[in-house]
Amino acid sequence: MAFDAAYEALTDHEDDARWAYGTGFVDPLAGVSTVVPSQVERADLVAYCLMLGDDALVLSHRLQQWVTRAPELEDELAIANIALDLLGQARLLLSRAGEVEGAGRDEDALAYLREASEFRNVLLVEREDADFAHLVARLLVFATWRLALLDRLATSLDPVLAAIGAKGVKEVTYHREYAAQWMVRLGDGTAESHERMQAAVDAVWPLVDELFRPDAVELRLVAAGVAADPAGLCDEFKAIWAQVLGAATLRPAVTPAADLSAALSGASAAGSSSEPGGRPGAAGGLAEAAGRRGEHTPAFAGILAELQSLARSVPGGSW
Amino acid sequence: MRAPTRTATEVAGLVADPELPMLTLADLGILRGVEETRAGRVVVTITPTYSGCPAMEAIRDDVIGALHGAGYADVEVRTVLTPAWSTDRITGAGRSKLAAAGISPPGPAPRRAVGPIPLALGPSRRDVRCPHCGHGDTELITAFSATACRELRRCPTCREPFEHVKEI
Repeated sequence: MAFDAAYEALTDHEDDARWAYGTGFVDPLAGVSTVVPSQVERADLVAYCLMLGDDALVLSHRLQQWVTRAPELEDELAIANIALDLLGQARLLLSRAGEVEGAGRDEDALAYLREASEFRNVLLVEREDADFAHLVARLLVFATWRLALLDRLATSLDPVLAAIGAKGVKEVTYHREYAAQWMVRLGDGTAESHERMQAAVDAVWPLVDELFRPDAVELRLVAAGVAADPAGLCDEFKAIWAQVLGAATLRPAVTPAADLSAALSGASAAGSSSEPGGRPGAAGGLAEAAGRRGEHTPAFAGILAELQSLARSVPGGSW
Repeated sequence: MRAPTRTATEVAGLVADPELPMLTLADLGILRGVEETRAGRVVVTITPTYSGCPAMEAIRDDVIGALHGAGYADVEVRTVLTPAWSTDRITGAGRSKLAAAGISPPGPAPRRAVGPIPLALGPSRRDVRCPHCGHGDTELITAFSATACRELRRCPTCREPFEHVKEI
C-alpha cells in the first residue's frame, strides 16, 4: 500500500466521530441529570468541581509527558491509560462545573481558556518529574488520596459527583496498585533504585500537607453533605503510605519547613501552625492551601502553556 | 426511509463495540435502555465502561447511524453514569465471543467489604486461564494494555501472551 493511501485511511471517515483530538467534543454529561441539591451554593459546587477536575487534568497532562519516554512498553501503556482515566474524570468534572455555573463555559473553555490564577488544582500535580521514581512517588500519593476521596464522594448528595466518585473508585484502585508495586520494586531493588526512590519520596512529601487542608468551599460543602472532608481522608492515606514504605524498605520523609517554602517560591509563606502527629507532611510552612486559591508554582506556567497553546492558536479547531 | 422491520432495541443492541468489535453493545452490557416516545423518537441510553473511554462518541454515532439505517428517523442518545458499569454486565454470549477471539473474559468483579479499599502488594496470582491452551496459573505482565479495560498476561505453559478483560 502506498504511504499516501495509508495516510488517507486515517482521515477517510464515513462519519464525523473523533476519538482523541481537537475541541468541540460532545458533552460527556449529555443526558445526565443536572439537578443541583437545594441546600448547595452553586458557586461552591462550581469551585469544588474545578478543584477536583483541575487536579485530574493537570496530573493527566504531566503523565502524558512521559509517553514515548517510559522505561518499557508496558509502562508506556500503563501511564497513558492512567492519564486517560484522569482526563475522563476531568472532562466530567469540568463539564459539571460549566453546567452548574450557567455562564456558557463548557469543558473546553474551562480547560483551554482559563488563566493560571483561575486553576484550583493542588500544587502536588504541577511539579515536573525528575525521573521515573518521582512519577511513582507522586502517583502513589495522588492515587491514594484521590481513591479515599472518590470513595466518599460516592455517597455525595450531588448526584453527578456521586456518580463520578463511584465510577472513579474502580479506575483509581488500579492506579494506586500500579504506583505501589513500582515503589516496592524500586525501593526494595538495587542500591541505586532504592536511593532514587527514597529521594523521590522525600521530594514529594512537602506537597502532601495541602491535600488534607480543607478550603472554605470544601468545608461548606462538607456541611451540605456534598464534598468529602479532606481531613477525614488522613488515616486511610497514612495507613496505605506506611504499608507501601514498609514493603519498599523506605523511611518516611523528614521535611524541614524551609523545603515547603522553597517548593512554593512565589506563593506567600506565612504562619507556623503545625500540629504534632497531625496531617501527613504538615510542616507549618503555609497558613492556607495555595493551589486551591489559584497560587501556583513556577512549574505550572510551562505545563499550562503546553496544554493550552494549540487550542488557543486554533480557536474552535477540530481535526 | 422505509418502515422499520426490527425493533429499535434489537438494532441498537447489535451495534459493534469499536474497541472490542467481536462484541455488540448488548454483549458488553453498556446499553441501559431503548425507548420509543409517543412522538416516535427513539431514546437510547448508554453508559461508559471507563470515565475516559474514547469510544463513547464513536458508539453514539454508530447507534444513530444504525437506527437511521433501520428506518428510525428521530434518534437521541443519552449517557448515564450510574450505576457505574461493571464487567459483571458482560453477557454469557459476550464472554464466549471474547474467548473465541483469544481474549480471556473477566471473572467476577471484586466485592467491596466495609471500610477502606485494601491494597494488595503481592504478585498477582488470580486464577486466569490461558485462552490458547486452557492452563491456569498465568502471570500478569501489565495491568494496562491496548485499552484501559484489558490487562496483558502470559501463560507459562504455552508461553503465549494474551489479553484479559480486567474485573471492575
